[in-house]
Amino acid sequence: MRAEEYKISSEKFVLHSAGEQLHDEKLETKPVSYLKDALHRFTKNKASIAAAFIIGILFVFSMIGPIVSPYKVADEDINYAYVLPKNDFFYEHELGFWDGGRQMGVTEATYNLYRGIEQETGRTVIMTEPEVRQEEYMGKAVSYYDFRLDTYNVVGVKFVLLKHHEYVALQEYQDEYNVQVIFPITDPALRPEAEQDKTNANIWYRTKAGAGRKTATVFDENGDFIPIYQADNGMDEYTSKMYYEGDEKLYNYAEPKDGGMWNVRVDYREYYKYLHHKAGDGIEYPSFLLGTNNAGKDLLICLASGARFSFILSIIVASVNLFVGAIYGSIEGYYGGKIDLIMERIVDIMASIPMMVVITLLKYHLNVSHIVILFVAFFITGWTGMAGRTRMQFYRFKNQEYVLVAKTLGAKDSRIMFKHIFPNAIGTLITSCVLVIPSVIFSETTLSYLGIVNLNTGSLTSVGSLLATGQNFLFTYPHMILYPSIFISLLMLSFNLFGNGLRDAFNPSLRGTDE
Amino acid sequence: MYMFKYVCKRIGLMLITFTIIIITCFVLVKLLPVDVSTVGIGEDADKIIAQMVSRGYMKMDSSGKYVNTPIIEQLGRYLKNIFFYHDFGIGFNMPEYRGRAVWSVFIEKLPPTILINIYSAILAIPIGIALGIFAALKKNKWQDHLISTVVMVFISVPAFVYASLLLYLICFKLSILPLGVVSLPDIVTTYPEKGYVYQPGTFNWPLYFNKKMFLSMLPAVFSMSFGSIAGYARYTRAELTEVLTSEFMLLARTKGLTKSQATVRHALRNAMVPIFPMIIGEFVSVLSGSLVIEKIFQIPGVGGLYLASINSTDYDFFMMLSGFYLLVGLLAGLVVDLSYGVIDPRIRMGAK
Repeated sequence: MRAEEYKISSEKFVLHSAGEQLHDEKLETKPVSYLKDALHRFTKNKASIAAAFIIGILFVFSMIGPIVSPYKVADEDINYAYVLPKNDFFYEHELGFWDGGRQMGVTEATYNLYRGIEQETGRTVIMTEPEVRQEEYMGKAVSYYDFRLDTYNVVGVKFVLLKHHEYVALQEYQDEYNVQVIFPITDPALRPEAEQDKTNANIWYRTKAGAGRKTATVFDENGDFIPIYQADNGMDEYTSKMYYEGDEKLYNYAEPKDGGMWNVRVDYREYYKYLHHKAGDGIEYPSFLLGTNNAGKDLLICLASGARFSFILSIIVASVNLFVGAIYGSIEGYYGGKIDLIMERIVDIMASIPMMVVITLLKYHLNVSHIVILFVAFFITGWTGMAGRTRMQFYRFKNQEYVLVAKTLGAKDSRIMFKHIFPNAIGTLITSCVLVIPSVIFSETTLSYLGIVNLNTGSLTSVGSLLATGQNFLFTYPHMILYPSIFISLLMLSFNLFGNGLRDAFNPSLRGTDE
Repeated sequence: MYMFKYVCKRIGLMLITFTIIIITCFVLVKLLPVDVSTVGIGEDADKIIAQMVSRGYMKMDSSGKYVNTPIIEQLGRYLKNIFFYHDFGIGFNMPEYRGRAVWSVFIEKLPPTILINIYSAILAIPIGIALGIFAALKKNKWQDHLISTVVMVFISVPAFVYASLLLYLICFKLSILPLGVVSLPDIVTTYPEKGYVYQPGTFNWPLYFNKKMFLSMLPAVFSMSFGSIAGYARYTRAELTEVLTSEFMLLARTKGLTKSQATVRHALRNAMVPIFPMIIGEFVSVLSGSLVIEKIFQIPGVGGLYLASINSTDYDFFMMLSGFYLLVGLLAGLVVDLSYGVIDPRIRMGAK
């Protein structure tokens, strides 16, 4: 074939778009950053969104709770120990639950005591009509009264020892607010014989020795209580205008005790209000949304501040672990070789140390607060995981061409490590960092549950110790363990779902492998 | 040969890790002062000091006071006592074990821990795997969603929550099972016809195999197994779904196997590759047990002993049990890693 046959004259060639300027077509879409992409994938996962929402609520609860609540962790009132959860709205509308009521089955003596409290303080103690049942007990028929008991009002009247000026101040308070706090003192001679009832301020009526060294009530011919108030003998210079009945001073309202103290019978609900009025902390009558524990501490505030401590601890631990682990893992992964070998052995050993041993040794050696010990222990055992993850990512990326390019262009090691390779590890690290939070909370709860660390100082408590205390009263007062349990379960469940969602969002290739 | 070398290397590394941690722990523990005044009163303290002196951990100095010997010497003597005389020291702070050899108390506490773990493993492994298989076969149907949700709940909720729930509902409200593990002397008196003898300081194995003991262990066994069941179910489901979608399953179906034949003969065997090491690991770690479960159900096991030794600063117990837990943990990890290679020839161990 000869070339001449195909020869085309050059004039026949015309440039197609002569004089025009050609450009790349501009992208219509906006660039999607890695984080945005992850966020987009995350929002598609309904369960994770719900979980994130619940975590958010629990977090806000734990952060704001201690600030908003008038109660403090240090507040405790042994007289209101073991009271049940009560919501004033449910209480006022008599909805039959969440009203501080507790189903009881008591003997006649106790039933009469409750009736006495009811009559003297004028507040409902027996919330439902009692049902009487007969039961055989040690060969005798005993009647039991089944009803719902108001665990708040049953506190009734208490003896308190006051200094004289405190007593006077209490009288002035009575006059100012027109409430009766001080009730007449009972006659010591007429007080109950049974040893366990001698100090019971609620027995203001005539009693006799009953069956089995118990106190039995004596009624008059109409079936009413017979008061045993101490008649006025001028022993106490009671000045308040508040009298028990009528305007004349008929009874003694305080009896002198050793050391210039006065023994006073106070209506404890009003006295509680008076104490908080004096302290000015905005608390009126006792009402605890989640009830109280065995020391009379508000469980809501204990739970909230325990949760707050857990959250803060875990966030600090997670960020410190991330920081140290990321740097350590970067160095390991980037340099490889001997450095990696030595550093990896150190990590191996550190990772094998049991948490329990670290905590115990720290506890034995350092005479510092258990908060510090917890923090150090979590740090010692925790950062290795983060280091391992960073190292793995470095191994994956450090031999890629773009790193070589950066090296050729003369980038420094630190620049390649943290500017070029490290961002690839961010997805994995964020996921594991978020998952460190629940695992720290869980370990902290377990450790304080087992009593290995004791975070119960005056103003601090932990969910674990609430659970441990609740465990002791599991059969009698299950409410004490119920709410911390719900809290920790909900938190763990939400964090697991949230973590799954995050992992799927940041590493789409791993989706569903571990659901 | 390659494999043998790798196994040796792993065991060697494990031993090095173990030795370093234990020696550090020993030194740190021995740096602590043994306060003789808190050890016990009168005769007890003298006895304990005598024991310490006979073991070489203490000696009388020139002024007639007892002081600790140098730590290096103590370490040497400690190792010698362990290897030659099987002697891990004595208890000196816990009242009930004061002056007793650590080892004898330890072996007395071991059976309940092991038994509860083994029962729980026996219960959890088949149920967990079966649930996982079922969920994988019914993938994305309601059965799968139900199982996955329940599994998620049981994986997340801490053991002390459902253990308490179990204790409250089954043992207290419904009174189906006893509230705690019965004590060994109780067993002896319950079954006079069997001629049991309770000997402190020995395993007392026969006393654990009777109806009363078994029933009283059940609540703990159940609470232990919930978490494991969920774990196995989740893992099996994930593995099996992956295998079921792989191409050799399609080949198996095209050559004429029914779905169940293909699943049992090909999919399950492949899915079991990563699960089998888990099971082996579980049987190694039956020794260690759970501190939380042992506390809730008041099981007289190793976990309870460890907690008591920590809280009453009983160093010899603490040392021995820490070493024990560490060893069990390291061994379980090692066995799991090595068994991967044994089970699946495709995995070359130690490959770079």
